[in-house]
Amino acid sequence: MSTTDHMIAAFDVQKIRADFPILSREVHPAVPLIYLDSTATSQKPLQVIAAMDEFYRYSNANIHRGIHVLAEESTAAYESARERIAAFIGAATPREVIFTRNTTESINLVTQSWGRANLNLGDMVVLTEMEHHSNLVPWQMLAQERSLRLEFIPVTGDGLLDLDEYARLLRLEPKMVAFTHMSNVLGTINPAAEIIRMAHEVGALTLVDGAQSVPHLPVDVQALDADFVAFSAHKMLGPSGIGILYGRKALLEAMPPFLGGGDMIKRVELRSFQSNALPYKFEAGTPAIAEAIGFGAAVDYLANLGMEAVERHERQIITYALERLEEIPGVKVFGPAAEQRGGVASFTLPEAHAHDISQILDADGIAVRAGHHCAMPLHTKFGIPATARASFYVYNTLEEVDRLVDGIYKVKKLFS
Amino acid sequence: MDDLYRELIIDRYKNPQFRGELDPHDFTFEDDNPYCGDHIRVDVRVDDNDVVIEAAYSGEGCSISQASADLLIEFIHGKTLDEVKALTKDDLLELLGIELGPVRLKCALLSLKVLKAGAYGLGKDEVSDDLVE
Repeated sequence: MSTTDHMIAAFDVQKIRADFPILSREVHPAVPLIYLDSTATSQKPLQVIAAMDEFYRYSNANIHRGIHVLAEESTAAYESARERIAAFIGAATPREVIFTRNTTESINLVTQSWGRANLNLGDMVVLTEMEHHSNLVPWQMLAQERSLRLEFIPVTGDGLLDLDEYARLLRLEPKMVAFTHMSNVLGTINPAAEIIRMAHEVGALTLVDGAQSVPHLPVDVQALDADFVAFSAHKMLGPSGIGILYGRKALLEAMPPFLGGGDMIKRVELRSFQSNALPYKFEAGTPAIAEAIGFGAAVDYLANLGMEAVERHERQIITYALERLEEIPGVKVFGPAAEQRGGVASFTLPEAHAHDISQILDADGIAVRAGHHCAMPLHTKFGIPATARASFYVYNTLEEVDRLVDGIYKVKKLFS
Repeated sequence: MDDLYRELIIDRYKNPQFRGELDPHDFTFEDDNPYCGDHIRVDVRVDDNDVVIEAAYSGEGCSISQASADLLIEFIHGKTLDEVKALTKDDLLELLGIELGPVRLKCALLSLKVLKAGAYGLGKDEVSDDLVE
């Protein structure tokens, strides 16, 4: 047995499933859950639930500045989570890892702090046509305020970025290129390292929306040479309400604070304040402490599985899912071939609207998402109001894909 | 599920009776359901006594949104504008004859919201869910 075979064998989905209590519930009488909506949010393993439970039962106190045992334990647990998350994404130091509420807040931090300090009338920001609203609207808000020019890397019919057009846009010398590493609709995995290298050649900074990539692929921020990377815990086995902004230290140090308040200051007088050092400068107020600790446990869980193995598992499922979906008459799956995508399949049926598909699948316990998935411009581009989206994670199986396909045949029968 | 997709709804979705646009019309209105991209437009003609003599809807969306529009438009023929303005969520649900969860309820109520906004002559920014409470 080769090393690779051995690693595949070691990825024991049934053993993983046993760690997720929710996967053993019934959603209707005698109908078990088939959860195919991890792109919206992932389920949580016992290890994450237990870490948060343990914190509240045993160590709960506010962090920093407390000189008692609970405060010290809480602070240590919170900072330890930061260190493990920093290691997970290959950050040079934990000080480059800022806790936020989620990917959206991380991106708003960049637009409101870095953007307002550095972008002015006529400056150009390059985005892509496949952005989630979270990496679109914050830039639109800043563009309105500062009269910026927004340009977009087009998406091809295959769901890939048009890099020739990107090269042309770069000749206009943008200040920032902000793009999703993996599309939450098409599943496209964009060539982040190349996009960043090309941006740096013209002196532009880069922001990577890692909401879908960090949970599903090995992501090393230094290898990518990224300037900013934003992602959320809840899509990677952790709790909701906490996310990360990774930023290059020199950039973060030069940026003005984002939210003002406690913990982000070194010194306060009645009419002035001095900002705290990184990362606290960007963490005003009591943070989501238990959530940070849960996030640390989630990262431990994924690191233990190995992100290469996670990616391989999902590639196997999406390859099979695309094969099976495409054999259903009328089904149209959007996005690129399996080799260039993560575990996401958004599709339409000519007979039935995405809502109806989702509702009928739900009767069989199958949870998929229906709608525009917070990417309205992309749906407009493809000329469709909504898609149904099945997405896969570490706990999904090939049998679940078969159940999905059976369910789609039921939809077709009902609407035929 | 069988209940939700009772024959009436599938039938009205596949074979709508009142789909189309009216030109001229006495009022028209359109709006979206931002959560799912359902879109409904209604066009209505009334006589001198403000009685609905002809009405139609157009748009796209799921079976619930489109079938509820079709049933609603059928129902308002012969009704006065005041009666149209007085229609409630419960009236519409009675027409549909099914129970709906909170998400699908929005699909079902879009046509009523659009119709009432048009009947009241509201502006695009004045539409609110209060119309269908």
